[in-house]
Amino acid sequence: MNRWLLLLVAALYLLSLAVGPAWWPWRLGSEVGWAIVWELRLPRATLGLLIGGVLGLSGAVLQGWLRNPLAEPGVIGVSACAGFAAVCAFYSGLAAAFVLALPLAGIAGAALAVALLMGAVRAGTGTVSLLLMGVAINAIAAALISLVLALSPNPFAYQEISLWLAGSIVDRDLRYLAIAAPFMILGAAIVLGAGRWLDALSLGEDTARSLGADTRALGLRLTLGVGLMVGAATSVAGVIGFVGLIAPHLVRARVDFRPGATLVPSMLVGAALVLGADIVVRLLPTASELQLGVFTSLVGAPFLVRAVRKAHAAWLAT
Amino acid sequence: MSTTAAAAAIAVRGLVSRRGPAVILDGIDLAFARGEVIAIVGPNGVGKTTLLRHLAGLDAPAAGQVELRGQPLESIAPALRAGSIAYLPQAASAYWPLRARDLVALGRLPHGADLSRPTNAADAQAVQRALMRVDGLRLADRPIDTLSQGERARMMMARALATEAAVLLADEPVASLDPAYALETMTILRAEAARGACVIVVLHDLGLAARFADRIVVLADHKVAADGPPAVALAAGVIDAAYGVIFRHTTVDGVPQPVAWERPG
Repeated sequence: MNRWLLLLVAALYLLSLAVGPAWWPWRLGSEVGWAIVWELRLPRATLGLLIGGVLGLSGAVLQGWLRNPLAEPGVIGVSACAGFAAVCAFYSGLAAAFVLALPLAGIAGAALAVALLMGAVRAGTGTVSLLLMGVAINAIAAALISLVLALSPNPFAYQEISLWLAGSIVDRDLRYLAIAAPFMILGAAIVLGAGRWLDALSLGEDTARSLGADTRALGLRLTLGVGLMVGAATSVAGVIGFVGLIAPHLVRARVDFRPGATLVPSMLVGAALVLGADIVVRLLPTASELQLGVFTSLVGAPFLVRAVRKAHAAWLAT
Repeated sequence: MSTTAAAAAIAVRGLVSRRGPAVILDGIDLAFARGEVIAIVGPNGVGKTTLLRHLAGLDAPAAGQVELRGQPLESIAPALRAGSIAYLPQAASAYWPLRARDLVALGRLPHGADLSRPTNAADAQAVQRALMRVDGLRLADRPIDTLSQGERARMMMARALATEAAVLLADEPVASLDPAYALETMTILRAEAARGACVIVVLHDLGLAARFADRIVVLADHKVAADGPPAVALAAGVIDAAYGVIFRHTTVDGVPQPVAWERPG
């Protein structure tokens, strides 16, 4: 399966370089054509690849770790917290003074949200409570963002940030790629080796510990990894929801529900989803380009509804 | 009947366990040898599950310690401990509808197995043996959500057996099983002891305990009330007081089969 997914991702990546107001820009043959490729399309396609990959992977990690098929960075408030922290960095002027402030703030916000949720799960919160907690975190983060914007002296702040938070990878140049990519790659490297302990957690925390899992160290490791991935992704692209929900769902039955085995394919499916969605929003006949995050929500929210119904019917009810 | 500390596979000394202000276990000294089935019995809330959790290294004692082959349990690396002590919790369940064979293979994690990688021969054989011991080979490729409750419990047992640990801890493994599955489960535990494991099992059914255990530890009032072979530990003077119930002390084929008859007037 992974080989086919890799091919699909590679094809979508190349297509992402090609599609836009100027199709196949390299065929223009001129300096302008190559400038379009290097300055616009390459950063956009590469960000799509990386952000999709880390969102898919984060979804698979959170679902395995929280033992909950509905956990997802966007739905349970991790992305929103990263967004709030990034907004703070932006409007405090910190981001202007120090180039890494934006991704670092995003990472801190995401890690905080993950830690809060993990605390709730350790206290024995069930599926529904976890989602409600996510709703609460999302609401608090949204309210805090509004508060920061109201305090901002910039009259255009609200519009600017609303657009940014809706999730997009348009007009992000190589600089954005350079500050976010290392964090995303580091985060992925940190969580990818944790698969066998996610498998162990299928039997609950006590049994996982009896099988040799150091659940406290694992919690720190996954909080750090997901924080790095979602924080860095959100700080450059805003909130792109539902990718982390959909990707593991598409994969899970094909790997017989082994949480560890969903990690790599979820990463690839996530990359394919974001690359594909980012191509579709370029092709839609909208007056201005639809925000990527808006598109993934439009497609993804009904998917969540379906997943909730199916999860209750099939397994969680037992 | 008590095992000397030196020969013990696993032992607790002066174990005190607290949950908040409540004392759950109040100075327990026990040593368990390989090759025997030990049943832990006692009324609800007396600390049977807590004792098993301490033996598994899941809870830290407020005082005293657990020793694995004479070594303090907390000084042993998690992977090594996990390879020596298998733990089957009460009402064991899985959060994902794993394939039965994958579920059983989780018991090989302490030996370095990884479900996402090709299985090595030793792990594959151990999984096969465990499936055979629970008579579960024909169910091995089924997702566990398609199995009956009894079949699922059997796979959970196989998961614990697959570790092939020196110590097997099972918390009420027959709690929700019908008599056929309950007898089969106890037979499997006996076979595990015959293989050389130290099998410690929490039971509510005193009749089953008397039939299948070499030794019964009765907990009452958060302490050890009796410890010995069934005829001794289940004697009239012991369990009536421990449970606060009047038993009819019958025997079947020479095995004590106490029946809880009425509450003291």
